[in-house]
Amino acid sequence: MALDPESLRRLAHLARLRLSDAELAAYGTQIGAILEHLEELKKLDVAGVPPLDHAVDLSDVRRDDEPRPGLSPEAALGNAPTTTGPFFTVPRILDLP
Amino acid sequence: MSDDLFYRPAREIADLVRSRKVSAADVARVHLDRIRTLDPKVRAFLSVRPDAPDGTPDGPLAGVPIALKDNLCTLDAPTTCASKILEKYRAPYEATVVTRLRAAGATIIGKTNLDEFAMGSSTENSAWGPSRNPWNLECVPGGSSGGSAAAVAAGFAAAGLGSDTGGSIRQPAALSGVVGFKPTYGRVSRHGLVAFASSLDQVGPLTRDVRDAALLMSVMGGHDPLDSTSLPGAPPDYLGSLERDPQGMRIGLPKEYFAEGLHPEVRSRAMEALRLLEKRGAKLVEVALPMTRFGISTYYIVAPAEASSNLARYDGVHYGHRTPAPVDLMDLVSRSRAEGFGPEVRRRIILGTFVLSSDRIDAYYHRAQKVRRLIARDFEQAFQQCDVIAGPTSPTAAFRVGEKASDPLSMYLCDVYTVGANLAGLPGASVPCGFTSGGLPVGLQVLGPPLDDLAVLQTARAVERELGPSARRPAL
Repeated sequence: MALDPESLRRLAHLARLRLSDAELAAYGTQIGAILEHLEELKKLDVAGVPPLDHAVDLSDVRRDDEPRPGLSPEAALGNAPTTTGPFFTVPRILDLP
Repeated sequence: MSDDLFYRPAREIADLVRSRKVSAADVARVHLDRIRTLDPKVRAFLSVRPDAPDGTPDGPLAGVPIALKDNLCTLDAPTTCASKILEKYRAPYEATVVTRLRAAGATIIGKTNLDEFAMGSSTENSAWGPSRNPWNLECVPGGSSGGSAAAVAAGFAAAGLGSDTGGSIRQPAALSGVVGFKPTYGRVSRHGLVAFASSLDQVGPLTRDVRDAALLMSVMGGHDPLDSTSLPGAPPDYLGSLERDPQGMRIGLPKEYFAEGLHPEVRSRAMEALRLLEKRGAKLVEVALPMTRFGISTYYIVAPAEASSNLARYDGVHYGHRTPAPVDLMDLVSRSRAEGFGPEVRRRIILGTFVLSSDRIDAYYHRAQKVRRLIARDFEQAFQQCDVIAGPTSPTAAFRVGEKASDPLSMYLCDVYTVGANLAGLPGASVPCGFTSGGLPVGLQVLGPPLDDLAVLQTARAVERELGPSARRPAL
């Protein structure tokens, strides 16, 4: 059950991964084999079973709303590949006159 | 004195340092020398501290050299996750567990190799190449915490830290002949652990004996306000309560963990160890975990789904690799990610995106969450008949480098006995229980009910005590 290149291309786009045609072909076969294995879950009757999204029953964890120091702008920007002043920079996304 | 510092238990090193019989600097120096001489064969480390510490540390881990899996953030060393995308990353903050180790006097000796972003079972999926098993350099050390397991087995560090999302502490511990402990989910802070699958990830120790694992747990465990999934309260004194008479202990043996696919020698070593406890009065009871066969499928939906979401943060803008000369924003993000992530990480991101896509989410992700509930119920029912569960950690001993590299599914199937503890949030240990005829270590896994980390450590310790100390060391 190989995943067809068109579906894979769409998934790669959704995941923001630019993949070559060779990679798409290889992943199609490998992911197809994995998906085939996952089919076994369809044999189970899960009607009425509540989903488990987290093993520990902790919710609405709160702490006192006390200000404490965070990262300085220099530390927060320190790993950015490119910056301008106190900003991260990206290629232009708007066509301005 | 310094020559026999390798292979000393962490607690003995700390005693020597606290009583000033040896300095933390000397301990660090002899370990750094050993790493320099022998690690080119093992390749356990991605980075090593440049110098010995100064000062005279005190505390329960005074001067103890500890190796950190390179997905734990540190201020004074790179944190790469064995990924090109983080090759130049310097964390602006430190993981809580690292801060606690340092406060207890430990010396961080280096950062260890892993499968990229902890995705793998062999430490072959590293951007800097595989680590080797110290017991047989042709074999993998297991994974994904293979670097820490190999470093501890090779005497490069007294202890290591790993992270366990589907077995990534316990399986390399088994394959490398050391102790590995995955705490109850939430017992140890995840703050500063680079996220892979947040509902499954847990940090834990890799050590050469169970007492050291208990010691590290006492130092690292306990509530952390910086991790909202951290359990409230302080952990018990694991080390002080470790010795327990097996008399009357009920140990559950899941028949599914001894079924088809288990290597006969692994089965024999595991059963021999359990029979020793039985002789001391423990009761071995057969239990059923019928959902075991669905564990891998559930795990390989839940974990990639969470990973595809967690790894969306690597965008070439905020930190990490950025492609040169992008034509627009989409090109910047898509090419930076494709260039920075290795093949297994890309594969899992695609798989995670697939199971979360709007037309598939019910059939895959939502269904897997329901099966996850059934798996947790399996364990709840089994623990009504027993105090702990035991069986082999991994179906086989260490396999050869390259043996499973081209078939991701066969690699995933190695995790059959370990993923259950992560899906259900249980504590689990792997403790050495002998060797195959080929000289490769075998591990026994012990699992406990949620929050009963102590029972797991006590059982592992009882196994270790009954087997007696082993004089076997890897020949490097």
